[in-house]
Amino acid sequence: MAEQIGYSDKVMDHFLKPRNVGTIENPDGYGKVGNPVCGDLMEIYIKVENDIITDIKFKTFGCGSAIATSSMVTEMVKGMHIDEAMKVTRNDVACELDGLPPKKMHCSNLAADALHAAIEDYKKKKAEKSQERK
Amino acid sequence: MEKIYLDHASGKQVNNRVLEYAKPYLNEKIGNPSSLYSVGLEAKRAVEKAREKVAALINADEKDKVIFTSGATESNNLAIKGTVLRNQSKGNKIAASVIEHISVVNPMKELTKNGFVMNNIDVDENGLIDLNKISEIVNEKTVLTSVMYANNEIGTIEPIKEVSRIVHENGNYLHVDATAAAGFIPIDVQEDGIDLLTLSSNDIYGPQGVGALYVKAGVKLLPVLPGGGQEFGIRSGTENLFGIVGMGEAARIAKEEMEAESPRLQKIRDALIEGILQVDESYLTGHPEIRLPHHASFRFSRIEGESILLSMDTIYGIQIATGSACSSKTLEASRVLLSIGLKHEEAHGSMVITLGRANNMEQVPRIIEAVKGTIERLRMLSPL
Repeated sequence: MAEQIGYSDKVMDHFLKPRNVGTIENPDGYGKVGNPVCGDLMEIYIKVENDIITDIKFKTFGCGSAIATSSMVTEMVKGMHIDEAMKVTRNDVACELDGLPPKKMHCSNLAADALHAAIEDYKKKKAEKSQERK
Repeated sequence: MEKIYLDHASGKQVNNRVLEYAKPYLNEKIGNPSSLYSVGLEAKRAVEKAREKVAALINADEKDKVIFTSGATESNNLAIKGTVLRNQSKGNKIAASVIEHISVVNPMKELTKNGFVMNNIDVDENGLIDLNKISEIVNEKTVLTSVMYANNEIGTIEPIKEVSRIVHENGNYLHVDATAAAGFIPIDVQEDGIDLLTLSSNDIYGPQGVGALYVKAGVKLLPVLPGGGQEFGIRSGTENLFGIVGMGEAARIAKEEMEAESPRLQKIRDALIEGILQVDESYLTGHPEIRLPHHASFRFSRIEGESILLSMDTIYGIQIATGSACSSKTLEASRVLLSIGLKHEEAHGSMVITLGRANNMEQVPRIIEAVKGTIERLRMLSPL
């Protein structure tokens, strides 16, 4: 069978016009995955109200698919309940982008992990706050 | 938007003059050079004429051989496996610089599975080979030492004449991969003291799928492709007539026009280097002076090379290369960039420009603007 050539149009669209780029001051949750030695590093910032993700921003160092998956995941979960957002997998992100080249599925598809890390961070902070109140 | 192609090390447009010259050998002069009737003899004469032109490009002696192959990868394989396996009585050691092309590294690695010991020769931060290390490593048991004429990723030109002296004082044969250098800087196999030299046709604007291996008189090779005995019995298979005739003509043109073309390219190269190094945290990779006239290579901190390639191509219509891990088949960082002492995170942000005939000074401002725009955009996305 013929090999897939290059990236899908959706990947290129998100790479060229990434959505939700930036940082959030005093975020409710912050997640960071990857490392520059490996060639991919992603940061995700979230604002959460009543367990709904009301705002989300990212910054990514990495290849085309690293940037596109970051952008896509922010678009997918904006306005979503955190429990639903926790269920978004790497595969879901890749599917929404009409697929990634096979070798990129693992190394440059960390955006869902960064999102989950940000939500975990939010939950942890929330738990700490309710502890303080007690 | 008019495309600006800046990746001539990966592939070149076949020169139209070469195409016109070699075309009849596709559909008119179609004899087999092994056939004894007139049409075959004419084909044979065309192959021999091409051989002379390739020999002239590198100033080979009449007694030496130029063997046509399917390209630089085959030439490197033939040079290494052919020479080492035929001369096993001399010893079981082989050596290569750490910045050799993968088609030199992999045949050598294969030989290590058959009991040969491979030694690596380091390079400095500019990519120049460590001459002292050669005399330390290479001895009479070293059948073959391979050092490239110039490196395709960082452009550095190696001191081959010195390398040859040391290799021949201590060991046996010297193989030089001249794929990146041939046609851009003068090569003289006699003056330089080279035993085996790899050439690629497309890299001198000839047709793809053909290359050559220069073999000095007296160096014996084991055929890697045994068969009907073509190419002095070393590389069997009916000759790629169109490819060989085309490569010959490309070699003739390269020899004739190098003196004017290389300084022209060097001026463009220098203007690009000057402009691109204006970008914050941008660095030249490879030697600042002892480098190929058409080669400019860089690294930029805090961004990644595949993103540079995609941005340059889709936003600005400019094609460049990168040594980034993410753009390689193996997802490993460039061996060459790590060998000159870069850290993994530094090697990720590399960009390689190799100029060619279609490039000109008028393109320089657009290229520099594109690089600046690309770097700025990607750094805005970067958390580093």
